[in-house]
Amino acid sequence: MLQISCPWCGPRDEIEFRCGGQSHVIRPGPPEEVDDATWGRYLSEKINPRGDHLERWLHAAGCRRWFNVARDTATHRIRAVYHMVEAAPAIGDEGSAR
Amino acid sequence: MSQPFRLAAGGLIDRGRPLSFRFEGRDYRGYAGDTLASALLANGVRLVGRSFKYHRPRGILGFGPEESNALMQLGTGARAAPNLRATEIRLHDGLEAKAVNCWPNVRFDVGGVNNLLSRFLAAGFYYKTFMWPHWHVYEGVIRRAAGLGKAPKAADPDRYENRFAHCDVLVVGSGPAGLAAARAAAGTGQRVILAEQDHVLGGRLRWDGGEIDGLAADRWADEAIAALGAMPNVRILPNTAVTGYFDHDALAMIEAVSGDDPAAPAQLPRYRQWQVRAGRVVLAAGAIERPLVFPGNDRPGVMLASAVRHYLARYGVRAGNRAVIFTNNDEAYRTAIAFHAAGGTVAAVVDTRADVDPAVAASVETLGIRLLRGASVVATRGAKALRDVAVRRADGGTLRLACDLLAMSGGSNPNVGLFSQSGGRLAFDEQLTAFRPAQSVQNERSVGAAAGLRTLDEALASGHAAGAGDGAAPRATDAHPAAEITACWRIDAPGKAFVDMQNDVSADDIGLAARESYRSVEHLKRYTTLGMASDQGKTSNVNALAIMAGLTGQGIAETGTTRFRFPFVPVALGAFAGRAHGELLRPLRRLALHDRHVALGAIMEDYGWLRPSAYPRAGETRFEAEQREARAVRDGVGIFDGSPLGKIEVRGPDAARLLDFIYASTMSTLKVGKVRYGLMLNELGVVIDDGVCARLGEDHFLVGASSAGADRIAAWLEEWLQCEFVDHDVLVAPVTTSWSVVTLTGPHARDLLAEAGASFPLGPEAFPHMSFQEGMVAGIEARVMRVSYTGETSYEINVPTGRTAELWDVLMRLGGRYGLTPIGIDAWNLLRLEKGYLHIGADTDGTTTPLNIGWDHVLRRKGDFVGKRSLMLALHRDPARLQFVGLRAEGTEPLPIGAHLVRGKGADRASDGFVTSSAYSPVFGRGVALALVHGGTGRIGETVALEHDGRRLTATIAQPTLYDPEGARLNG
Repeated sequence: MLQISCPWCGPRDEIEFRCGGQSHVIRPGPPEEVDDATWGRYLSEKINPRGDHLERWLHAAGCRRWFNVARDTATHRIRAVYHMVEAAPAIGDEGSAR
Repeated sequence: MSQPFRLAAGGLIDRGRPLSFRFEGRDYRGYAGDTLASALLANGVRLVGRSFKYHRPRGILGFGPEESNALMQLGTGARAAPNLRATEIRLHDGLEAKAVNCWPNVRFDVGGVNNLLSRFLAAGFYYKTFMWPHWHVYEGVIRRAAGLGKAPKAADPDRYENRFAHCDVLVVGSGPAGLAAARAAAGTGQRVILAEQDHVLGGRLRWDGGEIDGLAADRWADEAIAALGAMPNVRILPNTAVTGYFDHDALAMIEAVSGDDPAAPAQLPRYRQWQVRAGRVVLAAGAIERPLVFPGNDRPGVMLASAVRHYLARYGVRAGNRAVIFTNNDEAYRTAIAFHAAGGTVAAVVDTRADVDPAVAASVETLGIRLLRGASVVATRGAKALRDVAVRRADGGTLRLACDLLAMSGGSNPNVGLFSQSGGRLAFDEQLTAFRPAQSVQNERSVGAAAGLRTLDEALASGHAAGAGDGAAPRATDAHPAAEITACWRIDAPGKAFVDMQNDVSADDIGLAARESYRSVEHLKRYTTLGMASDQGKTSNVNALAIMAGLTGQGIAETGTTRFRFPFVPVALGAFAGRAHGELLRPLRRLALHDRHVALGAIMEDYGWLRPSAYPRAGETRFEAEQREARAVRDGVGIFDGSPLGKIEVRGPDAARLLDFIYASTMSTLKVGKVRYGLMLNELGVVIDDGVCARLGEDHFLVGASSAGADRIAAWLEEWLQCEFVDHDVLVAPVTTSWSVVTLTGPHARDLLAEAGASFPLGPEAFPHMSFQEGMVAGIEARVMRVSYTGETSYEINVPTGRTAELWDVLMRLGGRYGLTPIGIDAWNLLRLEKGYLHIGADTDGTTTPLNIGWDHVLRRKGDFVGKRSLMLALHRDPARLQFVGLRAEGTEPLPIGAHLVRGKGADRASDGFVTSSAYSPVFGRGVALALVHGGTGRIGETVALEHDGRRLTATIAQPTLYDPEGARLNG
């Protein structure tokens, strides 16, 4: 049970959230100019790193806001929480323990 | 009745409160404060169970959750509780217990024949021996013979609770280290939870002697507990086992509130499951002694040396008259001394080590106890209780020692289960001959014996430090020195030497696994079932992997351990459910008109909301009600509660832009006051919902979602808006429950609505099909949409939910002369089926695109929308793709939903599509259906064969819209 710090509501249990998967995915378009292979990669090829992963979460049972989380997939350490419009932060060796 | 093994004094029991209990049909006496295990030992009961596979007689091994043998069945009927450990069952008056896994009783057990067959039942036997003609022939018999207690068949009548808690420091265990930690942390004002699995706090301080800050250990414990109990920032939870350590310092605990005490007040839950988020965690869970692995080590009367000491001090029970102590370490000498002091005879201390510290040796020899150095127990005898043991001396000679108790000690394993669950890495400590915590991942610290520390002083110091308090740590002023140990993993002698007593895994089974190349600990575990019993290998895992390491020539550290898993102790399933069962499984949503529907005799069913399926009249079946209701709509007027329909307001300068992207249809061209039907797709091009969208104003839309999709679609819009179109100026507000929907449908709908009074014109020109009006209906603020799911003239009247009943009552009162009929979901579905309207989730599935349901024109739409690029893939345009059509059944009987159209013969036989919706149509007097059929659009008029559950059926493919294809009734 992760504890995630919603940028609007503060630290809350994972059960209040929904993970929306990899963040910063660029949607290709317009459709007439996108080839099948590019579209296929957009639909299906998500990265699955061991280590830091940038993903988007929804505070579904709270403020219903989406935001980004940098989470270490091996330790579940959450290294950063940032807004949808923000660029991915540089992650150093230190991060929040949660 | 006498308790021959009860001492005259001592122990935390109340000799003034005798209790009666019954075990295996015989009556016994114990005292308040006893566990079932201590009371059985006090009465001289040695044989308490039969083993899982071989039905070997077994006695009590330990004194806590590690107990692998003394498993009990308590209670009867729905309250029967299987596989409870006698060492953890608090004695109460009238308690009745039975041993598990024996028939007809534990003393005479027919299944004992398995022991004679044991050479056929070695590890993995079921893969090898019982294979002809097939394992399943034997499986039933073997599973009955090899089992544990019996689970009750009736529903659980007990109450369970779930509770959340937060704290700065969670201390697991209330022994010396735990108490020191809790005291230190609490003294600085931090919120502390102290969890102890036992009902008595103090752990080892209650039974292992010592002196702290000048006080006897148990007096010091009393004072520490009293001080903690008086602090408002401390919550002390006895009877509470910490069972799991999850991410971000979330822990699960199970508190036995009434437990299995029938005298407990009925309003108390049996168990309460806690979910705790801790700032940090102090793991003071202690250690568990290991058995030694030698032939006959499972005979009743063979116990852990720590258990013998525990029963003496805690319960005033001496577990035998004449004991042999068998050890590879110094600690067991304390058992010899305590047993001797309690008036028992110690026949010998058998130490596997040739060199014993002179002071340790002297501690027993000065009492006249014989010490055999470099010696091993190599056999035990006694049918149902221990009679004697054979000892191989250092010089190779053997001698027999008569005894009724063998106290064994192979060293101790720190309780690293929770630490390991937290993700921490273990290291094998050669000096300790055990795994101990090495590297933390979370905010936890192991202290005391759980950290592999061996002395009371170290335990107190480590606990105090972990508590991070002020002042000096408590000091042990008189305590035992660190116990030295020399590893001894297996006594080399012929005979069955058990490693995992609960699953009957012997040292030879591990040898077999090694020979057959199941050498990794994870393979060893699964091949032999070692450590997979309800005790989760608490006494067996380290012995097993050390034996495997010896066989493979690898080190123990390299061999490693299997992963420790939640829960640390077995948990009653009811505790996980808590109160979430029956009506409370999830919130039931009731309509504003619920009572009105019930009063009309509706069958209410759970569709996410409790909704009327049909309103059968007296003597009417559900089917007859559906048919009557449907006819009433075709001939007169029906009234339908459509309140669960999803309603989402989308507003802002960019609202139309957003909806153009979300819908497969263009919404920006919709005129104010008009309504348009649309499909929503996901990025795969699959239809995820449908509904009508009304334009209330230039920048204001009301998006209709299906009842099931109401929440999902609102979240879907938000996700696109917040994650992709962050520059759009739009607000999305789900208003589903703010508005109730009462739908009038049928040829007389307009007349009735006019009579009820509407503040806007109702004629077909002023208020045509697919348009919207806002105003007053029957004096109530209303939004009315002329849309239809039945094919008849329909008005969906949205009113504020608080005024629904008012509207309903007016319409029902005025509707009599039009034959107004309430209609349920059944008739509603039938009517839309006749009309060929799609029902998302029934006629579509997770692969259905617009190109399967006749919406090929979306491909010609300019601009982008969700899923468009996927629809452009060639596979979706295949002429042989599934296409949505109607079916007319031959004869009057409806086609079964799910029936397949079949083409080809023999090996070429294949599905040609399937029925998605079907019903008997009163209009057509036969079965009508909707189906997805390969190339169906081009096959209208074709007669096709269907199959379902071996039945063969015939139907004709038709247009989906069977009823009023011209739409005259719809638009009228």
